Amino acid sequence: MSDAAEDKGLGDYRPLSYFQLMEVSLRELLVEKGIVTDAQVQATLEDMRARGPEAGARVVARAWTDPGFKARLLENGTRACEEFGLDVPALRLVVVENTPQVHNVIVCTLCSCYPRMLLGLPPDWYKSGNYRSRVVREPRAVLAEFGLRVPDHVSLRVHDSTADMRYLVLPMRPAQTAGWGEAQLAQIVTRDCMIGVAVPKVSDSL
Amino acid sequence: MPQVANRPQYPTDHPSVPVRFAAGDRVRVRKTYPLGHIRTPYYIRGHAGVVERLCGNYPVPEELAQMRSGLPAQPLYRVRFLQREVWPDYAGRAEDVVEIEIFQHWLEPLSA
Repeated sequence: MSDAAEDKGLGDYRPLSYFQLMEVSLRELLVEKGIVTDAQVQATLEDMRARGPEAGARVVARAWTDPGFKARLLENGTRACEEFGLDVPALRLVVVENTPQVHNVIVCTLCSCYPRMLLGLPPDWYKSGNYRSRVVREPRAVLAEFGLRVPDHVSLRVHDSTADMRYLVLPMRPAQTAGWGEAQLAQIVTRDCMIGVAVPKVSDSL
Repeated sequence: MPQVANRPQYPTDHPSVPVRFAAGDRVRVRKTYPLGHIRTPYYIRGHAGVVERLCGNYPVPEELAQMRSGLPAQPLYRVRFLQREVWPDYAGRAEDVVEIEIFQHWLEPLSA
């Protein structure tokens, strides 16, 4: 089989997996029946691929610089994002705040629920069985593997997004950033900070 | 923003069963194992926690998975559990918690 594939120049051809085959079959049926068009499917894929964590970082930077916005964000994340001019359809956002006493981390143990409208597509590790099963069971050990040691005097809150809410961690603003503007602040807010497996860092070169 | 047919809109004004719990109420997750599409993780069934907030009323996922309306909706809560109550051998701080969204029909009242 592999010899034949090489002879015909098919490269590393492999048969479709069970779920790949199901996806292709379902998509082709939906198109064939006129429920969606190929162009719509492609446009949606492009839209999701184009999203990154930048929108989330802008929200965090605004919360760091505008106490009123921060209060509204913690009270109702969805409404605050809409006020911010972000299109967040289908997103019921709960923002959880890191403090000197509490560190928050996000997981979806059942599947891979994630605030895609603010952070883009989730990283592969977020969808892995390893992360999903262990971060609820031994969160401090998992965070240490990410290079984040949560001090013993800080409480840990794991948020399991099992249903209709989506979560975003509001990290603590580093003390060295006094006087920074929103755009500059947004640059240190990484995806991992907003999942809660990292905290913002100010590099010495800045 | 591409237009996609039948994009979900997640309205919040679903007709719902009455709300039973408020923030601060102690509750226990039902310990039962029905078949089907369940959004209550196995690891939390049978455990006791405290209601952190009411999230709103949402269609019942077990019903949605059967292509039914999921109405009347059920109140959805965020419930806070002490890690040491969930995992007897938990190694972290006594104050460490896990917070989970759980629908009202999976919760039983616990006296304080």
